[in-house]
Amino acid sequence: MTLKAVPGSSDRLRELRQSLVEATPVERNARLAAAANAIRRRDLEMIRRAGLGHIGGDFSAIDILTVLYHLVLRHDPERPDSVDRDRFVLSKGHSAGALYATLASVGYFPDAELDTFMAPLSPLNGHPNRRKVPGVETNTGPLGHGFPVAVGMAMAAKLDGRPQRTFVLTGDGELQEGSNWEAALSAAQYRLDNLTVIVDRNRLQQGAPTEDTSALEPLADKWTAFGFTTREIDGHDHEALYRELSASPRASGRPTCLIARTSKGRGVSFMADRVEWHHKVPSADQAAQALEELSR
Amino acid sequence: MSTTEAAAPLSALHDCRKAFAETLHELATADQRVVAVCNDSVGSSNLKAFADGHPSRLVNVGIAEQAMVGIGAGLANGGRIPFVCAASPFLTGRALEQIKADVAYSQANVKLCGMSPGLAYGELGPTHHSIEDLAWLRALADITVVVPADPAETREAVRWAYEYEGPVFLRIGRTAVPDLEPHVTFAPGRAAQLRAGSDITLIGVGTTVAIALAAADLLDEQGVSASVLNMSTVSPLDAEAVHDAIGQTRGIVTIEEHTVRGGLGGAVAEIVATSRPTPMRIIGVPGVFAPTGSTGFLFEHFGLTPQAVAAAALEIVGTGP
Repeated sequence: MTLKAVPGSSDRLRELRQSLVEATPVERNARLAAAANAIRRRDLEMIRRAGLGHIGGDFSAIDILTVLYHLVLRHDPERPDSVDRDRFVLSKGHSAGALYATLASVGYFPDAELDTFMAPLSPLNGHPNRRKVPGVETNTGPLGHGFPVAVGMAMAAKLDGRPQRTFVLTGDGELQEGSNWEAALSAAQYRLDNLTVIVDRNRLQQGAPTEDTSALEPLADKWTAFGFTTREIDGHDHEALYRELSASPRASGRPTCLIARTSKGRGVSFMADRVEWHHKVPSADQAAQALEELSR
Repeated sequence: MSTTEAAAPLSALHDCRKAFAETLHELATADQRVVAVCNDSVGSSNLKAFADGHPSRLVNVGIAEQAMVGIGAGLANGGRIPFVCAASPFLTGRALEQIKADVAYSQANVKLCGMSPGLAYGELGPTHHSIEDLAWLRALADITVVVPADPAETREAVRWAYEYEGPVFLRIGRTAVPDLEPHVTFAPGRAAQLRAGSDITLIGVGTTVAIALAAADLLDEQGVSASVLNMSTVSPLDAEAVHDAIGQTRGIVTIEEHTVRGGLGGAVAEIVATSRPTPMRIIGVPGVFAPTGSTGFLFEHFGLTPQAVAAAALEIVGTGP
């Protein structure tokens, strides 16, 4: 592992988390929103520098990632291999930029490393590599891989009797991969009530809306039919994310699915809900406008 | 009945799955970390005793190979040592991308066990033949590909896979094989020379090692001295053993229960072609889907016999008809 945690980050994260828990809902929401937009700005700079990236899906997922890493997951940036850590799997591995900026924001590695995103020989590949980046649990990139691996993680915790929770974030288009539904069957069969699937439901896949491609709706009904406790939430409402993620999994004997209604390109007016921003790189003028909007 | 089976009494022939299952059961009894993951293959993977002895550690995902391999990787993330067992054609063909991304590239400590590979499913046809698995797996970085040749080597290979920290593919044969003589201790990444010889090198893998030994006997009767190698590790290949074969004999014959494209023969040819070109014959399934027939029939049909191997060797040494 070439990347090392920032010294003192564990203590800083603990204090941050404590102060967020103790804050009023309004204050907490404002602070998480500001933290998420700081991660968006950093991600945008990384993508500009690399000339590559998946900004639309990054921005739809960043509020979820921010709430998980700042407030929900039991984890320790200075001990990324601790046995009892909660597991998080980014199944939509093309949102690596969002994950890297989030990991750096809590000290898994120095912020300056983000400037190497996708540069030759950087540990920060276009898709995450657990052998190079602390905090990454399994290598993702091809779609439909993260959820089955998360099922195995949840099974391991059950076998050990460990209190670990496992979260996996999938794209919505990604649910067209059949391997997800194989994993869903196993999650229900093995009564994995320590597992939460979060669907980044931004309704757009690379080339078109999901519903114009291979329709997913009624998506909540599908998860429920597969044996999940299913809830639909606003994936950009930090307080709702905090409440729902903290309370997940929801029901004894059943895995949970949170369908997070999101907007691809969230936070930037000219990107939001526009299919072309799946992996477009903003021009200098566009970047300036985006940074301005994300600083309000 | 095939020539290979005729070479030894039936009572002396073994299905390596039994040695595999017994060893896995022993390991699981001694170490709680060992789990078995399978795809509705409790019977065909010989996991019945494991299921009875360690029911909570037998994960049967049903007919779902992609999830099966991913779940194996997740169990490894939690510190378990998963042996992921399924018929080799479905494990490797259906879940190849999971093997690549979740296991090899992620360096997950998963032991993939491809059961009944090659032509073991005979009459069931090419959908059930696993004659591409070595080529597919060998193309991947960072996964060790091991093919034991008899029950004793199977036991050693399974124990080694358990002790080794990292991805392993074990190809566990169902086609009956004799106990090899002499027994050579399994060493990962190293070919075992079962017989010394100065004219030709015969290289077998798994079920074909016994055929190579029988071919060496036939050649001996004709005054041709054959070296026989058991190439138990197909990836990474023992290049040194191939260099020795090039330097010490006049040619190489490889024999595999696999397509001739990219398997053992291909691996050896890569070394031969980039060091010192040496005559070779690659015996296996010649780039076709097999016709209908039993395993024994197909071995005969494709020349996986001592006679055909000896004839190929004689062609190289120039003393053939």
